Amino acid sequence: MRYAETGFNLEIDLSRGNIERVATDPRLAELYLGGLGTNAKILWDRVPPDTDPFSPDNLLIFGTGLLCGTPAIGANRTIVSTFSPQTGLMAYSMMGGFWAPELKFAGYDKVIIRGKSPKLVYLWINNDKVEIRDASHLKGKGAQETADLIRHELKESKAQVASIGLAGENKVYFASIEQGRSSASRLGIGAVMGDKGLKAIVVRGTKEVNTARPVEFFEHCSEVLKYIKWRDDHPIKGVPPILSGLGSPQEMAIYDEEWHTTNFTWGNARHRRRDFWTKEVEEKWKKTQQNARVRLLSCYNCPMECGALISAPGVPKYMMKCYSKLTYTMAAMSDLDFGFKIVQRATEYGVDAFTTPQVMAFALELYEAGILTDKDLPGMPADNEGRFYWLLDRIVRREGIGDILANGVYHAARQIGKGAEEYDHNTIKKHEQLPLKLGMLNPIYFLMYSTGEKINITQIEGQFPQAPFATREEREEFVKDWFQVPDDRFKQYFLDWDPRGEHSIPYYPTIEATCEIVDWQEKMHYIDDALGLCAGLSSFPLKPPYHIHNLPGIISSATGIDFDEAKLSQAARRNRTLLRAINVRRGLDRKDDSPPKDHWRNRFPELETKLLDEYYKFKGWNNRGIPTKESLQELGLGYVKEDFLRRGILTENEAAPPGETPAETEKK
Amino acid sequence: MAGEKKKKIVKVIKIDTDKCNGCRACEVACAIFHSKPQYSGNNPAKSRIAVLRDPIKDIFVPVYAGEYTASECTGRNKYVIDGREFDECDWCKASCPSRSLFKEPDSGLPLKCDMCESDPPLEEPMCVQWCLSDALTYEEREVEVDEKEEEKKKPGEMELGLESLVDKYGMEKLLDAIARMSRGD
Repeated sequence: MRYAETGFNLEIDLSRGNIERVATDPRLAELYLGGLGTNAKILWDRVPPDTDPFSPDNLLIFGTGLLCGTPAIGANRTIVSTFSPQTGLMAYSMMGGFWAPELKFAGYDKVIIRGKSPKLVYLWINNDKVEIRDASHLKGKGAQETADLIRHELKESKAQVASIGLAGENKVYFASIEQGRSSASRLGIGAVMGDKGLKAIVVRGTKEVNTARPVEFFEHCSEVLKYIKWRDDHPIKGVPPILSGLGSPQEMAIYDEEWHTTNFTWGNARHRRRDFWTKEVEEKWKKTQQNARVRLLSCYNCPMECGALISAPGVPKYMMKCYSKLTYTMAAMSDLDFGFKIVQRATEYGVDAFTTPQVMAFALELYEAGILTDKDLPGMPADNEGRFYWLLDRIVRREGIGDILANGVYHAARQIGKGAEEYDHNTIKKHEQLPLKLGMLNPIYFLMYSTGEKINITQIEGQFPQAPFATREEREEFVKDWFQVPDDRFKQYFLDWDPRGEHSIPYYPTIEATCEIVDWQEKMHYIDDALGLCAGLSSFPLKPPYHIHNLPGIISSATGIDFDEAKLSQAARRNRTLLRAINVRRGLDRKDDSPPKDHWRNRFPELETKLLDEYYKFKGWNNRGIPTKESLQELGLGYVKEDFLRRGILTENEAAPPGETPAETEKK
Repeated sequence: MAGEKKKKIVKVIKIDTDKCNGCRACEVACAIFHSKPQYSGNNPAKSRIAVLRDPIKDIFVPVYAGEYTASECTGRNKYVIDGREFDECDWCKASCPSRSLFKEPDSGLPLKCDMCESDPPLEEPMCVQWCLSDALTYEEREVEVDEKEEEKKKPGEMELGLESLVDKYGMEKLLDAIARMSRGD
């Protein structure tokens, strides 16, 4: 009997209309856990590195985390993995909501999509009955609208729907997959779904998910719930209110937006407005939010209320997730009521709320600079907010200039030319980043921005405070109940971290400590992404209920496979290394591992080189960021080593020759 | 002549639909508490509480499984409350032929909330313990009841199941089947 997982994947070939239920190897859970880990294994095994993201040979995998469907609190994440049309690298956007547990109840761990359907279809999974159904009547429909229409047509109010809007159908490079109050938004996975002619995957399940040692597992769940309650009553002192609790940043509940609006940048990640947050703004925004918010919403089996049902004046009701509240508002240099309104349209279109506003602000900067002219933007309204709606409509239809902007800032800048490249200042690996521009280089964030394979800072940070606390007393207070640290020395790193002086950034934490701190933070994300745990209860906030000390027991009692901290850390490292290998094979190199040039005003090239050198070593990679033969062998990734040797990415004699990687040469 | 009066505890779960965030933790708690062996299997379809949700319409109603009934209602009424339209069924606790709710997904036998009665007793039903948003809260109320009335045996889970089988196949067929089974045919 299989515990926690169902032991079956669904293999769907859309070209041939073929559906298969395939038993999976039970040993994979011990090595890769599930979710992101086993998704990555499938992509490594089955998608050759020269596969175009829009090729029928590209796979689109909807994977549930190992713990999804068990009673584990907050284990509801769907990990969608494929290759990104924007970066060419592996994309693994994730979503909360209700979809992943429902798939487990239907009896499957993953849905693996290959091929392309000649006409628009949707997939209907109802326990053992799986059908590919015509979706031509859903063409052009909004993502939420599609979900409602399908539930109505199937007479299944309890079915969970993951769908794309117009942006996905038109292969916009930052199209999302929407699902109720959640979405998998980053890196254009909605475009891959659209390219495959798949409008939606609809799931209903009424089967059981079992755990191996039920009483023990239940006790862990009770402990987690108890700690969440305690943590709710004990917000963290010394950090902005938005970071003091659990969950995603509590954008829907909290009104105090001083931290985001005065620290993050507006427009095309340009303007810092330090004096923005006044009493008047606070009053006005509070009223806007109170009026718009109908109800706070949770994902499956999670007490955090990170989303909300929104009813903004003049637009239909919709569900919002945390930070989209501010991204459009700030990119358009506008007001919160504009933010609440435009997100309704953007959600129905199905676009990423990080990238989309920046692409539009970028276009308007080009217009101001005369690089784009009225000829490129015929009929664009004169007011800023009107322009945002106008651009959004054109991007998702790929109409006129929208067809270029739909490829994201990096590609659009190069297609437009005439110096537009200079305005692409906030991307890493061709992917738009949070709008944040700061003064002094922070070594921890330098490594996280540079090397994070998700290419998104929120998917690697957490656990360790973003900045030092002002006084020693405050730090001592903070570390008192900080039992989540893997080792007590992490407390010391934080205690000794000063805002100014010898023990301050960029030279403190030391390079060695920085490597450890980054590795710990990243490791917790990799564990979550394999288990399907929401980062909001685990790797993202400070002092979370899930941590390296209780997770081994939780996984062991759920699966019946015994894990201790070392074995779990090794599995996380294996997954992380495999992801690196997948991207290395597609041409990723050290030169790609850098933050946006202007992210910090004060840069330290020599220190940065050392940081990267030491971090690579710490990770078991050579100085070009390629996992070494020894580390691959040690992690049980001998098959990756063999492949690298065959391709000449690694050689028998030493780590790797300097210069370009063979994969890169191949690409040219 | 009136019978003897006796004190009885009435268990009350107060449902505040305004506080429900739709997370369905109550369904998880119920499903695992009643699974056999206890806590071993999670399947919300076997839960005796269901959150009837239509998020876009702001409808979130936790409903408990109540009586089994062999026949559907004759009509389907609607309630409009604060501009939200509710089907009568959204409030209904019955395990009835018109819907799959509150039936064992495999056997189709009816399910009913038992307030997590167990030995030793729980402080609060499991669904209430898992509801951190306080949409579900628990209280006990003391009432006086007729002793005679109280002695009437409450139908247990097996009786409920049998009743539904009688409705489905008729008493005769059912007795035949039991007789055959007891002979080991």
